[in-house]
Amino acid sequence: MIPAAFDYVRPATLDEAVAALVAAGEDGKVLAGGQSLIPVLRLRLAYPATLVDLGRVPELRGVRDAGDALVIGAMTTHHDVLHDPLIIEHAPLIAQATATVADPQVRHRGTFGGALTHADPAGDLGAVALALDCEFVATGPAGERRIAARDFFLDYLTTALAADELLTSVRVPKLGAGWSAHYEKFNRVAQAWSIVGIAALVRRENASIAEARIGLTNMGPTPLRASATEQALAGAAASAEGVAAAAERAAEGTSAPGDLSGTADYREHLARVLTKRAVLAAAGI
Amino acid sequence: MTAVADRPAAEIGKARRRKEDQHLITGRTTWTDNMTLPGMLHLAILRSPMAHAKIVSIDTSEAKSRPGVVAVYTGQDFADTQGNLPCAWPVTPDMVNPGAPSLAVTQVNHVGEAVAVIAARDKASAQDALEGIDVEYEPLPVVLDMEAALADGAPLVHPNTTSNRSYTWAFESGAAGTGLPIDGALADAEVTVTRRFIQQRLIPAFMEPRSTVVQPIGEGVTVWSATQVPHILRTMLALTLGIAEQKVRVIAPDVGGGFGGKIPVTPEEVITTLVARRLGKPCKYTESRSESLMSAHHGRDQIQDVTIIAKRDGTVTGLDVHLFADMGAYLRLVGPGVPILGAFMYNSIYKFPAYRFVCEGVFTTKTATDAYRGAGRPEATFAIERIMDELAAELGMDPMQLRRQNWIAHEEFPFTTVCGLTYDSGNYEAATDRALELIGWDALRAEQAQRRARQDPVQLGLGISTFTEMCGLAPSRVLGSLAYGAGGWENASVRMLATGKVEVVTGSSAHGQGHETAFSQIVADQLGVAFEDVEIIHGDTQSSPKGLDTYGSRSLTVGGIAIVKAAEKVVAKARVIAAHLLEANADDLDFENGSFQVKGSPGSSVSMAEIAFATFTAHNLPDGVEPSLDSDATYDPENFSFPHGTHLCAVDVDTETGRTSIRSYVCVDDVGNPINPLIIEGQVHGGLAQGIAQALFEEAVFDAAGNLTTGTFVDYTVPSAADLPSFTTERTVTPSTSNPLGVKGVGEAGTIASTPAVINAVVDALRPFGVTDIRMPATPERVWRAVHGRSMQDRATSGTTAYGGASTSTADGSNDGAPA
Repeated sequence: MIPAAFDYVRPATLDEAVAALVAAGEDGKVLAGGQSLIPVLRLRLAYPATLVDLGRVPELRGVRDAGDALVIGAMTTHHDVLHDPLIIEHAPLIAQATATVADPQVRHRGTFGGALTHADPAGDLGAVALALDCEFVATGPAGERRIAARDFFLDYLTTALAADELLTSVRVPKLGAGWSAHYEKFNRVAQAWSIVGIAALVRRENASIAEARIGLTNMGPTPLRASATEQALAGAAASAEGVAAAAERAAEGTSAPGDLSGTADYREHLARVLTKRAVLAAAGI
Repeated sequence: MTAVADRPAAEIGKARRRKEDQHLITGRTTWTDNMTLPGMLHLAILRSPMAHAKIVSIDTSEAKSRPGVVAVYTGQDFADTQGNLPCAWPVTPDMVNPGAPSLAVTQVNHVGEAVAVIAARDKASAQDALEGIDVEYEPLPVVLDMEAALADGAPLVHPNTTSNRSYTWAFESGAAGTGLPIDGALADAEVTVTRRFIQQRLIPAFMEPRSTVVQPIGEGVTVWSATQVPHILRTMLALTLGIAEQKVRVIAPDVGGGFGGKIPVTPEEVITTLVARRLGKPCKYTESRSESLMSAHHGRDQIQDVTIIAKRDGTVTGLDVHLFADMGAYLRLVGPGVPILGAFMYNSIYKFPAYRFVCEGVFTTKTATDAYRGAGRPEATFAIERIMDELAAELGMDPMQLRRQNWIAHEEFPFTTVCGLTYDSGNYEAATDRALELIGWDALRAEQAQRRARQDPVQLGLGISTFTEMCGLAPSRVLGSLAYGAGGWENASVRMLATGKVEVVTGSSAHGQGHETAFSQIVADQLGVAFEDVEIIHGDTQSSPKGLDTYGSRSLTVGGIAIVKAAEKVVAKARVIAAHLLEANADDLDFENGSFQVKGSPGSSVSMAEIAFATFTAHNLPDGVEPSLDSDATYDPENFSFPHGTHLCAVDVDTETGRTSIRSYVCVDDVGNPINPLIIEGQVHGGLAQGIAQALFEEAVFDAAGNLTTGTFVDYTVPSAADLPSFTTERTVTPSTSNPLGVKGVGEAGTIASTPAVINAVVDALRPFGVTDIRMPATPERVWRAVHGRSMQDRATSGTTAYGGASTSTADGSNDGAPA
């Protein structure tokens, strides 16, 4: 299929990009890596009047160390994220989850910010950003603002970004010593979206789990945190039994979808089983 | 005897890299969609969003006014000229064929049916203008469930019929005189086991979407099409559209896969021809992947009710099979015959004496079905190999022992089966013993016992598939007896050029199989010329005027033999000229390594190249000998060939998540004498991937309104290499005795054999949980529900139906359908 006709703008700077987006108004759409948007256009499921292509805005790419946080440019490709030494050192959960995104071709085109902004709850990075308490940096005509991860994802394919705002970067707080991570993905075929995914961060103190953060992929219209399990894990024994008991609460507060890949009750079951596995793997139990 | 037998084979048996791969892989070729002709128009097709509806009105006025649009046509515009898409296999004399227009005229009968066509100056304009066509539909009740479709008072798919039953085809060994009556076997049964198996609907999903370019020339047309069957397409287009056959030229350029999906004459081929002729302009239509998944024909979709009859000692005495086969909305070229092709394979490698097979072909308001890799034989193999495992469980026997006890022993060949087919050769013992050894069967069984004992959440399952298939479609007389609309011969020509190079023309048109390489190897040995000096010409009805094309693993066993026969004629002609040049008696010449030599006079010889040049100049030929070595042959096989093999599969089934992972897969196939082991390996690997895909991954799901839910590759989950294990493949060699090369064909073996091996392994893993069947594909959720005793009818969301028989209670992998 061929997309319906649209105007195409390719800004060279962030300022030009914001200006282009303002000019495009409500019918504008940002083209990042295009791995979700282009199929949508080709299937004529969307008819934007203007595409603003961010592919030539160099300031939106790359990962830098900002002291207590990493700053990942929104247009950094999955491939670059996956192999970035700063991310591997300070946010291995992101590298792990990114390695499971689609296939190598898609990871060379698709972008970190594009995937988060698309806000597909079956995408793997939302739950990761939520678990890491990332901050989303948005730039619009009024300047820059920061949005906490918990406030960023509003609904299915819907974020807190205004129509004239761009996601420019994501700030990932560096975790202190003692944290370890694991991303557990469950899907039908290798390149598919998650049926359920679990982003687990665990801080151990001796024989117990001091703190845990669990992000859930595809257990509702937005990425979610498994708060009940997190609470149950805080101070729990670092044992298979202790983790299993806490993981039993992983589906609390979720509203899993039912589709060809799995009905809601199966997803809830998977969330419990996979949370147990993810926490055990993260904690090295 | 052939020349091959006279001397050591030089090329046959070599794992040559495929000579066609470089241009296929690098794209240095012209696919149909790459074709551009001066003044060519581009077509876009409006497709029905309704599964079943009357067409009340179509307003094309806005579309006609769009920029770039040249013409817009509906079915009414071609009602008198489009004819009906051909169905060449009226399996019974009273088969109901309600007709199949290429463009719907008064009614649509499945989602995706073509309703209107736009011709525009560029592709984008054609697709944009689709939104300017306004169709008013009057919905009719959808017909999705095969059994419901056959019930009294069911809504009819086609208003010009009285029932949704197209045909009932039956075979019974007592009546046929090929075995004992089934009634007697049932009456004397010590044990029967009955199961209902569901062959889910699959989509061929070839790599290159279908594409057609038609150039009108005078009264005729030249058609380029991504088809498996240029010769059949030529004849059928001529018949369908009333064009004189000699005015139709069909070219299949390089074609990117088919798997059966490019056998039927398609609506799009007819529509493109109609529009090109109406406008007097070349036209091109290329489907999108979405259109391909939705409206190119689907495969499988059968309900199999199977009863196996046996003695308590494990001797199988009969098999009773009843099939519902979903034709979809229309009968395509060979669609009705697909399940019938399988009818002769339900007995597989076994000797039981009584057999009944009844198949009802049913219309539903879904995409039409037709051949998909294996075509009837995977379904048959699945049914018999699954029910053998269930019988073994019922009898408390080892499933391999049960098979050994019932299969045709090596010394019993040739063996005439309960279906009346004569298997010429086979050695099931050798293939099985080697496969068991390769996989380490006994150690796996021991591990399985340990894991069961310790209630490991990941259980081990072992699956068996001992299979055979009938390849080499086909002896024309047999096809005639099955009311097939064509023969099964193949044609070849071998032409010697002045420089000693060779052109081979074959009617077996390749679409990725490696014909050019394999045929070159055969000819190199036959004529004693270099592999590189042989050029294979195919796929154009003007340069390869006779042929019956490629499907049913026939190219080597039929097309390859035609080449051998033609090459033998070339050698015979060359012998006469060689004798003249050597001043010897033709009978005193040996032909070896491409040279004729006087027996006992090593210094006195003449090469094929020299003879070719002497023939070209024709200065010094024997009196009365025509100056040509070129020869052709048309070969009609006497019998099918019967490849066989033993496939073993070990799976890890995670009972907590339901995920099945193939831990090891071993197959030992017997495809007769190997021409090119590398091509065999490739065919086996690809075949395994497709067979495993049916077991674990793929299913075409329709919702309750008749929409294809799995309409993209996001939901129609074709596995990739990342989802499959590393296969262990070996071969035993038991040559076919029915053809001079001793070959059997390998195009479908992997697909036919692997599906039951995987499902038998999954069921084996879960038998301690009381599981006796699992619906395909065995998705994690289905497996998890089976383990936890929760029935799951269909994978589709609530209120929808994943196959034609959603209301049947025993179809879900639950524990009913228990042994009788």
